[in-house]
Amino acid sequence: MTEDWPLWEVFVRGRQGLSHKHVGSLHAPDAEMAVQNARDVYTRRREGESIWVVRSSDIVASDPNDKGSLFDPADAKVYRHPTFYIVPDEVEGL
Amino acid sequence: MMAAADDPLFEYLLRLGDNDLILGHRLSEWCGHGPVLEEDIAISNIALDLIGQASLWLDLAAEVECGGRSSDELAYKRDVLDWRNTILAEQPNGDFAVTMTRQFLFDCHHHALLTALLESANTDVAAVAEKALKEVTYHRRHSGEWLIRLGDGTEESHGRAQTALDNLWVFTHELFEADGVDQAVVAAGTGVDPAHLKAAWDAMVNPVLAEATLQRPADGWSIRGGRQGVHSEHLGYILAEMQFLPRAYPDAVW
Repeated sequence: MTEDWPLWEVFVRGRQGLSHKHVGSLHAPDAEMAVQNARDVYTRRREGESIWVVRSSDIVASDPNDKGSLFDPADAKVYRHPTFYIVPDEVEGL
Repeated sequence: MMAAADDPLFEYLLRLGDNDLILGHRLSEWCGHGPVLEEDIAISNIALDLIGQASLWLDLAAEVECGGRSSDELAYKRDVLDWRNTILAEQPNGDFAVTMTRQFLFDCHHHALLTALLESANTDVAAVAEKALKEVTYHRRHSGEWLIRLGDGTEESHGRAQTALDNLWVFTHELFEADGVDQAVVAAGTGVDPAHLKAAWDAMVNPVLAEATLQRPADGWSIRGGRQGVHSEHLGYILAEMQFLPRAYPDAVW
């Protein structure tokens, strides 16, 4: 039966979380059932406050073969990390 | 809590708890056999919700009885004639359409019942109802969405859902019939009159049946008696499986 059902990616926002995080995928016949299945499969232990589901086929992904050209150039750009600043003692939460 | 062993509230609480425990046990039979992994987990979740609710109701029943029986003893040491669940709850799972149709008919009644029990004069009853209602709101959503998809699905699924509805309808009348126990708890302000739940049940059932393109069966011959201890043959088999261990190994712990 699941072969007939589309695959959905599930994103859950935790209780203290600021953003939805990808937690896995599942099969469901439509969006409503995908939300229900996500609730049953991924939030049984109170993991979430909010669920997003999206058809896996609607996700546009980068090509793994482009990994080098897309991401390697950032390796040599240490100045993009905010590590060259002196953080005043008064600043909290950094 | 001060109460006598013949308090009608005891009998009433057994009815509430027994419905949950027997249907919860029925649903647990699907564990590992669900049509898909996602639904297997969903049904098991609902089974666990119901068994959890049963334990709350039977804890209260044990307290009201003041007879020294614990909720475990109420669950595991009563024989068929002492069970007070409706006959609908003990019906076999059948195919997935039967399970979901039974669930939906039950859930709508359960939802109306718990909503009414929020007003119970007994604060313990109202508190359990409040906790359970959140769970049952989801149960009803899940079974209702499934019934719509089965009824308004393929010719095969529609036929199975309609057959399930036709066969199970005869067990729904019992849900709305009052007897002396009901009248006593209504008078005490602790329970609700089953007949008063019918309008709310209709308001939940009818729109879903319409969306599912299923024909609401005519009210005709019906069967009753579970709440008074007169059950179908199925209950004995459920109890045989459910009670085997504590009866074979009394006081076993794990």
